[in-house]
Amino acid sequence: MSPIGTIHYLVVAAALFILGVIGVLTRRNVVIVLMSIELILNAVNLNLVAFSRIWGLHGQIFAIFVITDAAAEAAVGLGILIAFFRNKETVNIDEVDLMKW
Amino acid sequence: MFFLNNIWLVPLLPAVGAAIMFFFGRKLRKGTASAVCVGAVALAFVFVCCAVWQYSGYAHDNPGKPFEKIVYTWLGTDTGHMNYVKHDGTPAAFHADAGFLLDPLSAIWLLFVTGVGTLIHIYSTGYMAHEGGYYRFFGYLNLFMFSMLTLILANNYVLMFVGWEGVGLCSYLLIGFYFHRASASTAANKAFIVNRIGDAGFLLGMFTIAWYFGTLRLTDITHLARSGHFAIGDPIITAATLLLFVGACGKSAQLPLYVWLPDAMEGPTPVSALIHAATMVTAGVYMVARSNALFVLAPGSMKTMAFIGAFTALFAASIALVQNDIKRVLAYSTVSQLGYMFLALGVGAFAAGAFHVFTHAFFKALLFLGAGSVIHAMSGEQDMRNMGDLHRRIPITHWTMFIATFAIAGIPPFAGFFSKDEILWQAWSSEGGAYRLLWLVGYATALMTAFYMFRLMFLTFHGQPRMSHEVEHHIHESPKSMTVPLIVLAICAISAGWLGWPHSLGGSNRFEKYLEPVFAHEAQVFQAEGRAAQLAAGEKEEEHTNPVEYFLMALSIAAAVAGFGMAWKAYRDAGKGYGEPIAEKAPPLYTVLLNKYYVDEAYDYAFTGRRKVNGIRLGVMGLGEASSWFDSHVLDGAVNGAGWTTRAFGTISSWWDKWIIDGLLVNGPAILSRMLSYPFRLLQWGLVQWYALVMVIGLVGFVFYYAVR
Repeated sequence: MSPIGTIHYLVVAAALFILGVIGVLTRRNVVIVLMSIELILNAVNLNLVAFSRIWGLHGQIFAIFVITDAAAEAAVGLGILIAFFRNKETVNIDEVDLMKW
Repeated sequence: MFFLNNIWLVPLLPAVGAAIMFFFGRKLRKGTASAVCVGAVALAFVFVCCAVWQYSGYAHDNPGKPFEKIVYTWLGTDTGHMNYVKHDGTPAAFHADAGFLLDPLSAIWLLFVTGVGTLIHIYSTGYMAHEGGYYRFFGYLNLFMFSMLTLILANNYVLMFVGWEGVGLCSYLLIGFYFHRASASTAANKAFIVNRIGDAGFLLGMFTIAWYFGTLRLTDITHLARSGHFAIGDPIITAATLLLFVGACGKSAQLPLYVWLPDAMEGPTPVSALIHAATMVTAGVYMVARSNALFVLAPGSMKTMAFIGAFTALFAASIALVQNDIKRVLAYSTVSQLGYMFLALGVGAFAAGAFHVFTHAFFKALLFLGAGSVIHAMSGEQDMRNMGDLHRRIPITHWTMFIATFAIAGIPPFAGFFSKDEILWQAWSSEGGAYRLLWLVGYATALMTAFYMFRLMFLTFHGQPRMSHEVEHHIHESPKSMTVPLIVLAICAISAGWLGWPHSLGGSNRFEKYLEPVFAHEAQVFQAEGRAAQLAAGEKEEEHTNPVEYFLMALSIAAAVAGFGMAWKAYRDAGKGYGEPIAEKAPPLYTVLLNKYYVDEAYDYAFTGRRKVNGIRLGVMGLGEASSWFDSHVLDGAVNGAGWTTRAFGTISSWWDKWIIDGLLVNGPAILSRMLSYPFRLLQWGLVQWYALVMVIGLVGFVFYYAVR
């Protein structure tokens, strides 16, 4: 076995990213969609940290910003979810279609 | 000159009578009505006698000039607005006065019209005594007298035409007097319509004369015609005279317009006597005699007239041989004798023609009135097959009718002999050749006339009684009001001929001499032509032709006696179911004659179109049918077609509007924009995950662009 290089971290991050994207696009439950969004963000974090090993600490600093942003975004998203649930009594994203023509 | 200056009173007196009948007739008693009308005509007769007496004095002072009295200007002004252009381009004014002309010709006509008219009016008081519509009858009779007198006295063609139409109208009214009978009203229509055809000819002739001569006044036309200005055989004058003759054919019942006269017997018998024997039918002869100056200038017309007259005489006489209705026989006899008159006029013997009119009026009126008396005695029976052996029971009628029959057969010294013989002699001695043929036709007609007239007498008055018993019981002599006119007419029938006692028999022929101022010029012209033609034909100029004249006279008498003899043999002892000799010897000929040569049927096929020929309708009704077909198929078809076309256009327009305008131009862009907008709508689907997908695709696209670039 070769030693674990940067590429391995990038591949794992890409896989997580793809999984997250697929989750956002295909899952019906809004909560799972939010979770998938977190997964995307975390995949990005992993990517950043992986590159910071080579190129300095900027990546890690940016990762901390992303984590903060992810937390705020999760809060807001859950708030929207709560408001949506109060209106529509459901958490299916299919039924967010009030703007549908 | 009182009577001459007031000659306009003569037509006016019967007109007043007619007017009184029109306004007050219904309220008057029968006696009053007859007194007014008979009195009007009798007064007119007396007036005429005095006027003619005064005219002889006038003519003595002004030889050769007719007396003309213009009462007022009827048509025409001096303003120049009634001007028209003559044939040669010069202007002429249209002018017609209410003017009256009295000369020997009109004097004779006036005398016998008013005289016979008075007698017939008196007769009618007896004949119509038991009929309804008494005042109406006398009103119409007086109206007729007014029209006839206007016709005779008119000094221009237009006023003559007024009288001409008036007598046609009165003929219609009187034939259709019993208008409740369909046959009577049909006969009246027929008379008027056929007359009208003649009137069209008269009008066209009148217009031609007005166009050619520039005037319609008779004296002016005669003067112009005799001035030598026009050539003999002038084509326009020939055309005008032929058209006038067509009018005369209609009024005086010549071929081919005679068909109304036999049917006119539907009217009461005095009507047949007055109108269709003595007066109206002579109007055509009068008009031709009046226009003699024109006819002399057109030998072609005169030849036509002579041939048509002769042929009509023969034709009608042949039909009369087998008719069974007593009035029909007399009607065809009238047509035949009128043919004689036109024959006379056609060969240039105008005086002889007028003479025959004069004598014919008396004996024909007598025959008709006698027939009326017979019908009256027989309670309305008119068919000779149901008569017989009446001579003892109605003697006055019998003897007067016998006198009239002798007269019409041409047995001397009765009236008909002199006039008929004069005509036959003139026909023989005219331009040779073809006219001898006319003499032969006239002679054959005379033979047939004698035969059928004596057949009428024997069947009616002699033989075995063939009537039913009730009728036989009612046979009685007519009242005095009917028999006295018969006797008076019989005396005239005997003696009227003596006025024209010919030179060859030692007489002075006063009749011809009296008419000399009117005709003499013509006789000379015609005889000059005749002599020239004879010389050209290489014959000797014969100045004294007495032997031939006596020989022809003897032949005529022989014909009359032969007719008498043949009728005696065939009909003297006719019992019930007697046989007609013609039917026994030649049945097809009998059928043809009995059906009047099928002329009425032929007219129905060809002219009126009442019967179809092979399914096609010809004639006037065919024209109507064709017009109706044209109207319903072509005109209405065009209208329907226009409607159909409009609707078709409407359909096309609506299709265009619905599919092209609305579909293509209005809905098209809409559909197009909808189709085109579909992809763009997808951008705002409303599904959250779709938005997310779009974002991811965009992101991937970016990445690829920057990475692969």
